[in-house]
Amino acid sequence: MIAALDITPTYYLVVAAALFTIGGVGLLVRRNTLVMFMCIELMLNAANLTFVTFAKALDDIGGQVIVFFTLVVAAAEVAVGLAIIVAIFRRRQDVTADDVSALRG
Amino acid sequence: MEAVLFFVLAAGALAGALGVVLGRNPVHCALFLLVTMAAVAVFFLMQDADLVAIIQLVVYASAIVVLFLFVITLLGVDEHERLDEPHPFQRYAAIVLGAVLLVQVLVVIGNDWATGARSTVGPLDEDGRSGNVETLARALFTDYIWAFEVTAVLLVIAVVGGVVLARRSGRRLPAEGERP
Repeated sequence: MIAALDITPTYYLVVAAALFTIGGVGLLVRRNTLVMFMCIELMLNAANLTFVTFAKALDDIGGQVIVFFTLVVAAAEVAVGLAIIVAIFRRRQDVTADDVSALRG
Repeated sequence: MEAVLFFVLAAGALAGALGVVLGRNPVHCALFLLVTMAAVAVFFLMQDADLVAIIQLVVYASAIVVLFLFVITLLGVDEHERLDEPHPFQRYAAIVLGAVLLVQVLVVIGNDWATGARSTVGPLDEDGRSGNVETLARALFTDYIWAFEVTAVLLVIAVVGGVVLARRSGRRLPAEGERP
């Protein structure tokens, strides 16, 4: 029964929307900055899935090119973000977001 | 066949995402993230995005997750997170906001006006051969050459910034207890 189902782009978009929402809720709920970063990666991945789905649905290579650039931005963001986390950890011996809310050294 | 594969992968991707949010140990979160990345990479393959799927596996599933694990072990923060929530109100607010966000995104998906754009760059597979690596490369090195070059600058800035932030500064850090 399931095997005969036709997978339309909408299915992929719904999965991407669910991934994006889970990532967003995780970003708001978690306190560990490393896990918050992982949730941002989840949201970026959901957006990438949407881009690829529309590239296929509209038969346009532009969507996949944008995914390439998103991956570059994600890589740069992780490199700088983890460096910031390491710097904060050196200073405060903790990576909990609440402890650095005052933006004081 | 495609439908079975889709539902198995969708379940895997969503389970991995929930694992990232609900996992108490950061190492487990990173491994759950890996599950989601791999499932999304197969989604890319199923939609004729060969090169993007491989890049997803190499950059996301390998480099970024390994970087996460490396930092977790470097900092030694793999103990379980505190369960007490200093602001219990925030957790409920986050779940309500998440539900609102999901409804909004689903409404956008359900409306055709959001999906009516037409091709501006070119078709997925220009010359009808299997795979679209050539087509993607041609778009990247012609229409998007300026943006492509700028990514090189972005990566250099990110590397330099990462080194500057992570290196130990030459001056002595104040010892415990004598912080300003």
